[in-house]
Amino acid sequence: MANAKFHPLEYAFWACTLLPFVLAPNYLSLASQIAITALFALSLDLILGYAGIVSLGHAAFFGVGAYAAGLIAKHYWTEPLSGMLVAAAAAGVLGYALSHIVVRFRHLALIMLTLGFGLLLAEAANSASDLTGGADGLQGFHVPGVLGFKFDMFGRTAYAYALAVLFVAFLVARRIIHSPFGLALRGIRENATRMPAIGAPSLAHLRKAYTMAAVMAGAAGAVLTHTTSTVSLEVLSFGRSADVLVMLILGGAGRLYGGLVGAIIYMVARDQFSGVNPQYWYFWIGLLLVAVVLLLPNGILGGLSALRKKPR
Amino acid sequence: MLSSLAGVLFDGFAYGMLLFLLSVGLTVTLGMMNFVNLAHCSFAAVGGYCTVSVVNRLGWNFLAALPIAFAVGALVAVLLERTLFRRLYRRSDLDQCLFTIGIAFMSIAAFAWFYSTEPQSARVPSYLVGSFQLMGRNFVVYRLFLMLMGLAITAALVLALERTRFGAQVRAAVDNQRMARGLGIDVDRAFMITFALGGGLAALGGALAIEVIGLESTLPLSVILVYVLIVVAVGGLGSIRGSLVAAIVLGITDTAGKYYFPWLGAFLIYLVMVALLMWRPLGLFGKR
Repeated sequence: MANAKFHPLEYAFWACTLLPFVLAPNYLSLASQIAITALFALSLDLILGYAGIVSLGHAAFFGVGAYAAGLIAKHYWTEPLSGMLVAAAAAGVLGYALSHIVVRFRHLALIMLTLGFGLLLAEAANSASDLTGGADGLQGFHVPGVLGFKFDMFGRTAYAYALAVLFVAFLVARRIIHSPFGLALRGIRENATRMPAIGAPSLAHLRKAYTMAAVMAGAAGAVLTHTTSTVSLEVLSFGRSADVLVMLILGGAGRLYGGLVGAIIYMVARDQFSGVNPQYWYFWIGLLLVAVVLLLPNGILGGLSALRKKPR
Repeated sequence: MLSSLAGVLFDGFAYGMLLFLLSVGLTVTLGMMNFVNLAHCSFAAVGGYCTVSVVNRLGWNFLAALPIAFAVGALVAVLLERTLFRRLYRRSDLDQCLFTIGIAFMSIAAFAWFYSTEPQSARVPSYLVGSFQLMGRNFVVYRLFLMLMGLAITAALVLALERTRFGAQVRAAVDNQRMARGLGIDVDRAFMITFALGGGLAALGGALAIEVIGLESTLPLSVILVYVLIVVAVGGLGSIRGSLVAAIVLGITDTAGKYYFPWLGAFLIYLVMVALLMWRPLGLFGKR
């Protein structure tokens, strides 16, 4: 595939992700939050942007990953990399189980089911306070460091860890998207009934994509747990599902960098504006959402690439 | 346990009627145009805040504020539909979802701007306050009022939809929009009026709900929206009867759950919804 090679702009983008170490050492904890959220948005992009499955409950997998990582660190061991893999696998198992249900539905039923599963899990985590700590959150564990590097108070190690996981997951996602499987997914998004006729089993493909996205979201949740050494119920909340959806649409769904760019813009803007008066932040994000849907149906990146393709 | 059953059924039924008022507009508009409007509860908040203003600032009677809430809700709904929502009828579910979430976000900030984020209340007349005794049990007067209002409005709606020419046009448009257009029915106009009616009823529901669930600026994206969506999805798109049944069942289940199994929270409700939707994706009374 011709576009599987790294474009110069992509090198530039990833080089820029290292800038916070030098330019904004006071904002490294924000930077690692952004990297984690970007990974989460990337996972949603796999199912929403490429496979066309609308989900209002994607935080379910993020939350399962976060809680699994927290429970492992609290009761078993504190080595983060293996903990993250196990947590991601746990989210993947849940994703695989749910995928059998989710891929069969469309339209309102799909929206309500994904929303319902997300809410169900949040309620379950709230009720099972013996296991999850309930509304107080899961506390009482500490992840000392990763690969011999201690988590320092400036968040240098935390950002490096989050960025590394994001980069690896991005390479995996990139490989998936440019594979024949990824092409089949886009075909299914455009016409789910015609794809089986040319040999791409729609439902099986969608189940695979859904499971992969769940694994990736679980990894994002696990990294959040490791870098903050606490898990709150917020990781499963509807707000988190809605936020990530907004970021992805803002950046541009169905583009590998859409979720990443969206996460950067959204998180930086929220950090800057919500400090002043948090309730009015919603007005601006709402306005942005309305404007993007009306004027830039393919997000910011879609708008930029349309601008570039216009005859000069 | 049995002795409290009457009270739970009474409260649950009243709550269900409230949910029905809040959701019936969405049922019809979703069934008609397939427009996923997640900003529906913004209309409820409009009605609620309108009532607060009219009662507290102008000093009007609560009952007199209700028709005003209805009218303002309907007006806002029509304005939004004519200027913004109609541009999105042919877009994907996702676009509609996001656009209307955006509107809901903006409405939350607007309410916070004009009314602050403090919970608001509106004084109801003294004859609606307190409780009455029946067969040795206490019943809240306001809930009885809620029930009677709900029943009266349901009766009026059913009559309007089944006995009038306009009702027949709306039913035709929900069942088969293309056919209805082919027969010369002005579906756009029918939709606009339905949208106004739906917004107005939601606003009325929002006004009536202040006394039961309170009124905060986050109402447009609160658990009430989830309940409204559950009523619409479980009842079936475009089915008023389905919504009524779903709303009453949801109201009673929620009240009973809070009374008998408080540790379960809303878990039970989400579980029942997910199971029902898996069994019947189109809802209990859905046709398409």
